[in-house]
Amino acid sequence: MSRIDQQLDGRDRGGPAQPLILAQDLKKHFPIRSGLLNRKTATVHAVDGISFEVRKGETLGIVGESGCGKSTTARLLIGLIELDDGTIVFDGDAVGADLSLKEMRKSVQMVFQDSYASLNPRLTIEESVAFGPGVQGLSDPPKRARDLLARVGLDPDRFGQRYPHELSGGQRQRVNIARALAMSPRLVILDEAVSALDKSVEAQVLNLLADLKEEFGLTYIFISHDLNVVRFVSDRVMVMYLGEVVEVGPVEAIYARQAHPYTASLFSAMPSMDPDNRTLEPPLAGDPPNPVNPPSGCRFHTRCRFAEDICSTAKPRLDVFGSNRDHLAACHMRVPFSGHSLADVETSP
Amino acid sequence: MTSSPLLQIRDLNVRFHGERTVHAINGLNLSLGHGEMLGLLGESGSGKSVTLKTLLRLLPPKRTMIDGSIEVNGTDIMTLSGKRLSRYRGGDVSMVFQEPALALDPVYTVGEQIAETVMRHRGIGRREAMEVALDMLVKVRIPSPERRLKNYPHEMSGGMRQRAMIALALSCRPKLLLADEPTTALDATVQIQILLLLRELQKEFGMSIIFVTHDIGVAVEIADRVAVMYAGNIVEEGSIHDIIRDPRHPYTRGLLSANLHDVARGTRLEAIPGAPPALNIKPASCQFAPRCAHVMPACTSALPPFVSPGEGRRVACLLERGRELA
Ligand SMILES: Nc1ncnc2c1ncn2[C@@H]1O[C@H](COP(=O)(O)OP(=O)(O)OP(=O)(O)O)[C@@H](O)[C@H]1O
Ligand SMILES: Nc1ncnc2c1ncn2[C@@H]1O[C@H](COP(=O)(O)OP(=O)(O)OP(=O)(O)O)[C@@H](O)[C@H]1O
Ligand code: SF4
Ligand code: SF4
Ligand SMILES: [Mg+2]
Ligand SMILES: [Mg+2]
Repeated sequence: MSRIDQQLDGRDRGGPAQPLILAQDLKKHFPIRSGLLNRKTATVHAVDGISFEVRKGETLGIVGESGCGKSTTARLLIGLIELDDGTIVFDGDAVGADLSLKEMRKSVQMVFQDSYASLNPRLTIEESVAFGPGVQGLSDPPKRARDLLARVGLDPDRFGQRYPHELSGGQRQRVNIARALAMSPRLVILDEAVSALDKSVEAQVLNLLADLKEEFGLTYIFISHDLNVVRFVSDRVMVMYLGEVVEVGPVEAIYARQAHPYTASLFSAMPSMDPDNRTLEPPLAGDPPNPVNPPSGCRFHTRCRFAEDICSTAKPRLDVFGSNRDHLAACHMRVPFSGHSLADVETSP
Repeated sequence: MTSSPLLQIRDLNVRFHGERTVHAINGLNLSLGHGEMLGLLGESGSGKSVTLKTLLRLLPPKRTMIDGSIEVNGTDIMTLSGKRLSRYRGGDVSMVFQEPALALDPVYTVGEQIAETVMRHRGIGRREAMEVALDMLVKVRIPSPERRLKNYPHEMSGGMRQRAMIALALSCRPKLLLADEPTTALDATVQIQILLLLRELQKEFGMSIIFVTHDIGVAVEIADRVAVMYAGNIVEEGSIHDIIRDPRHPYTRGLLSANLHDVARGTRLEAIPGAPPALNIKPASCQFAPRCAHVMPACTSALPPFVSPGEGRRVACLLERGRELA
């Protein structure tokens, strides 16, 4: 099948080496209001000064416990909510300065977990997919919609005139993917997009996402709590904890050796799939702390078994771990002479 | 196998009628021994929750047709009503849900709710009941239990609420605990804490547990035996070892390969094509046939009978013909 949007190639300006997204010091705090006057009584540090890049053509996986700021990060990137601080550079253009938010939003689409809530119940699925292109004034929206429905494996003659409630969860999620692609995006953010699907259907949708990425030259951000799925789809993985990035690196490097104790606990909570080697002890005690009052220094120090005095007083920087310049972690143990007694002094192989 | 199982379900059929008819459970047989931990696996709509709700007699009687028999400890629970039914619910058998909000009342403290249940079932006074409540919070390892006793559910984190719900469910020392995806909404690190806790409590209390999940990895961590459901019936049952090492039903095999454990990046997944059946008519042939790579003409003409390919195993698939134990 030919590319739906032939101009795709013309939009790549900075060349393959320039990141598609460069996010610097992104910050988003949510006020909590209460009482009669609805006064602000506290602040949720949802995303607290994170920096990262998304490279052209890659899949960046984002993992971390519930509430660590994954969805907030995604919503900041597509401009659904406003930044408190920080900058986003899209293919070399600063969003809000060189490139308007509206322009950027044409290039970035998002697919959410809840396949039902994302679709208008009063539109047929063909109308739903054609809606965005219609608003943008793209050519022949109905044809575009039918092409894309066929592409995601829903025969437009059979399914096009159905309403969302007449489809299964997996079929609805295909419609949502078609709807995102109808805008010819360059980046698609998949926020727990397969999490609500049954395992047997999840595999179908993951195969589909891989095909579409290839065919349309897409870049993905893939948010999921399923580490098996993240390993399968990602080129690089970013680990978040309480609004901060604690580790980021190539998928093989992180799955082979976790630099940050939080990442290590998260990975050892993965089911073993071996009834003779069941987990005997929980890798991590307690629940994540409240993001209203994040712990001082390293935010993980309240649950980390390696925590020392330095950990509650100084915030560790995100720094290169070992020999792979692409693998970064924020832990005092990984910084020579940081003051932590276990700080690496030898260089890793 | 012991002579009398704790739970014996025979030829259970559950049908909902309303705007549209759903044949939710179709001829299900299941037995569970004392102190056994059974994982009930299967995809969305396969009838896992309906099975548990039938066991607790929670389904709306007006719109539900149930036939078959269910015996718990020798008592036919389909005949229970009034006082005996409420003593059975929460007494002999109790349930924990995916969402604690369904079980915990937001306007009472956790301590009051546990004490209330204990008073109702055991007929003891408030003071003594509060002591039981405190003891239960200790058992589910909630930190600072004295203080937490006075907490409202919304003052607790997700993992803590789930522990409180388990404390409530176990407060009357049930013989059978029904757990309906109790860890699905939790973080991986908290999920494993709760699974380990349930495993310990099961030993300590000597109860049986039916643990519903759609995640085979969770079943591996917790279950002795696994029953896989598809379209309202069990299609395969066996020890967790058998199911993991040697799955026989094509649906079970598909589920295992879709789990992505140790699947190399960039390879194509062996996805099961298609979607589960709608169940608007009563199944009269293998319900997996439209999605099965091994389908034969005979599969679509009659229900495949159960075959036992090994000790304690059964599979409903025509591929197993001729493989039964002598
Ligand atoms: N609109 C909002 N108002 C107030 N607080 C919010 C808002 N949106 C998110 N939060 C809070 O910000 C924090 C980060 O939330 P976010 O949804 O980004 O987490 P997440 O990592 O996506 O979690 P999950 O895995 O549960 O989806 C949480 O504590 C959340 O309660
Ligand atoms: N009260 C009801 N009225 C009508 N149909 C119902 C009712 N409860 C369940 N069903 C239907 O019965 C079938 C089995 O549902 P059930 O809730 O047992 O599935 P499940 O295996 O628990 O799925 P999930 O993994 O999504 O929880 C489904 O088709 C469902 O829509
Ligand atoms: S900085 Fe200290 S507390 Fe934080 S992860 Fe490293 S050792 Fe643990
Ligand atoms: S009975 Fe036939 S259709 Fe059903 S699972 Fe077995 S081989 Fe496949
Ligand atoms: Mg989220
Ligand atoms: Mg259910």
